[in-house]
Amino acid sequence: MRVLAAMSGGVDSAVAAARAVEAGHDVTGVHLALSSNPKSFRTGARGCCTLEDARDARRAADVIGIPFYVWDMAERFRADVIDDFVAEYAAGRTPNPCLRCNEKIKFTAVLDKARALDFDAVCTGHYAQIRDGRLTRAVDPDKDQSYVLGVLTADQLAQAMFPLGDTPKTAVRLEAEARGLAVADKPDSHDICFIADGDTSGFLRDRIPAAPGTFVDTTGRTVGEHDGAFAFTVGQRRGLRIGTPAPDGKPRYVLDITPATGTVTVGSAEELDVVHITGDRPRWCGPAPLGPVECAAQIRAHGEAVPAVAVLEGDRVVLELRQPLRAVAAGQAVVLYDDDAVLGSATITATATVCA
Amino acid sequence: MTDRTTSAAASTRAGATYLDHAATTPMLPEAVEAMAARMTVVGNPSSLHASGRAARRVVEEARESLAQSVGARPSEVVFTGGGTEADNLALKGLFWSRRSEDARRRRVLASAVEHHAVLDSALWLAEQEGAEVEWLPVDEHGRVSPAVLERALARDPESAALVSVMWANNEVGTVQPIAELAEIARGHGVPIHSDAVQAFGQLPVDFAASGLDAMTITGHKIGGPIGVGALLLSRTLTLTPVLHGGGQERDVRSGTLDTPAIVGFAAAAELAVKRQPERAEELARLRDDLVVRVRATVADAVLGGDPTLDVSHRLPGNAHFSFPGCEGDALLLLLDARGIECSTGSACSAGVPQPSHVLLAMGVPENLARGSLRFSFGHTSTAADVDAVVQAIGPVVERARRAGQNGVPK
Repeated sequence: MRVLAAMSGGVDSAVAAARAVEAGHDVTGVHLALSSNPKSFRTGARGCCTLEDARDARRAADVIGIPFYVWDMAERFRADVIDDFVAEYAAGRTPNPCLRCNEKIKFTAVLDKARALDFDAVCTGHYAQIRDGRLTRAVDPDKDQSYVLGVLTADQLAQAMFPLGDTPKTAVRLEAEARGLAVADKPDSHDICFIADGDTSGFLRDRIPAAPGTFVDTTGRTVGEHDGAFAFTVGQRRGLRIGTPAPDGKPRYVLDITPATGTVTVGSAEELDVVHITGDRPRWCGPAPLGPVECAAQIRAHGEAVPAVAVLEGDRVVLELRQPLRAVAAGQAVVLYDDDAVLGSATITATATVCA
Repeated sequence: MTDRTTSAAASTRAGATYLDHAATTPMLPEAVEAMAARMTVVGNPSSLHASGRAARRVVEEARESLAQSVGARPSEVVFTGGGTEADNLALKGLFWSRRSEDARRRRVLASAVEHHAVLDSALWLAEQEGAEVEWLPVDEHGRVSPAVLERALARDPESAALVSVMWANNEVGTVQPIAELAEIARGHGVPIHSDAVQAFGQLPVDFAASGLDAMTITGHKIGGPIGVGALLLSRTLTLTPVLHGGGQERDVRSGTLDTPAIVGFAAAAELAVKRQPERAEELARLRDDLVVRVRATVADAVLGGDPTLDVSHRLPGNAHFSFPGCEGDALLLLLDARGIECSTGSACSAGVPQPSHVLLAMGVPENLARGSLRFSFGHTSTAADVDAVVQAIGPVVERARRAGQNGVPK
């Protein structure tokens, strides 16, 4: 097969590309330039797509012995990931940009271009497996990235290649070293790549106009004021700066955000427990389910999956959780698993607590 | 044993169709040989002892030879570490010295289609040194009209520090009316520099006859080594140096002279100039054939630059096409996979192609500019290279068109 290997300049995608070559494929490496003004050097684990990352990817491609190019995806990335990220927060939702990047950039923009240029598959360094066409968790539970790939459709998966899913990260680092890939000891990347300093609320504050509003408790009583609802996320406790203490003296958490009125509802930890979830934009890794499906629901990249029943109602997915999940925000993806295999996903639009 | 000349000859990759001679061209065997012979001999041309004197003699002979090749006096040759350094020295050195003579001289007039070595030097002068840069507009073929320069200078000649217009453009091959532009600059008493990196070896280039005050040439575009170039500098001009140190090269460019590279450069220059007339004819024949056949294969291919395929208008080795609906990097990838090596012709940082400032200055729409390729012929090019491109270009363009343009819906 002709395989296009997306190479970030990190250790995982380098080893993935090397493995694709070893598997007998005709591999071409591509580094995605996602920023129109890349910084020269990377600092620690944050950020990506610096010129240094591009150079690291190029050197890895040299060592592996494959052609290498840089593809400018900055415009698509800005429109589909960064602008979407800001708009979601402005609308009071909590997006996951990594998931969006996989969906819109790596497995749409890049895959489309690769297909048009006569490639048969796109290979990445994600920790996930594809077994019998089904997306499945990686063997390394700490690195499993099936959640951030849960938005991919069967079509997209059919042309995806994740060579690292069967290997623990520590073994991948050793393999990189053995292969003479200089990126072997590069730190893992964390956080949001386009917010290089890690200050998400500062990033949002620069892009979303201030809209003062109030904090209310679950009885509707005003308990404080804030500069803009976008700075808050469901489940957040720190940085609320509410003057009035709770009557019971317990810590208060953000329960709900209504951007239209600027109202941020706060309450106790228990009130964060959610048992009903509704989602839209369903994606199925296989055929859409016909009736109720017993599954496990996961709402965070490395969160716990809890038993649930999912029902598809038109283009909505309605979930009853058999065990509550804490701090579920609209905008997050809920990914549904059948044991280790991903069934599909939806974007959360509404939640309800036990008491509701 | 293989013949020494043959074994010393630099060449293109086996099996590859190398059509990127404007980026760099294989070294001539004679230049390799001259250079190699000097690499094993010790001697700093600035040393006073016998070894130093021997090295100095070799450098001075090379300087005389190069001066003769380019129509300059030996004392007008300032060796540098390449074209970029020579351009930086010309722009910055002239700006500083002219402004220190008269503080009013802050205007830098340069064509809008300059190579980045000139472009970015001018921008740096504007940002850091208070220069006022005026970009001389070009017509749709990429040419600066003498009337444009005349107006720009006549408006306020006292405030002009220098003029810089390239002899021939690296992307689209357009040849500028250098002698006319030089005459205008001279008429206003303003020094004029020209980057002749692409022109030298392909066109007749005579520094004295051109009327220029400063001119850049480099070794590796003419079959010499990479990393050596020269600024030809009229003896009446003083330049403020960029590099300070031992005071070599008229105190204008410090640094130990690279004897082997200079020898290789001079050897290549001598041959390039001697062979220029027939080489130009040969390159033009191949290029013309490519232009005709590419346009016959891809009906909507747009020839960039001057459509008059004549050495007085266009570099004989240059062919530039834009393919509507394609991304240059996709075209390049597909050709590369078929062993055809060319260029998108635009500047890259981290390999990310930007729409070429040259094409934009010529009024080419951005979308069309993005789908551009430059094929440049050189001394190792053959008719088989043209055949290879013609055979590949149809399917390649079709495929690239299907891939569309980044960020632009298909």
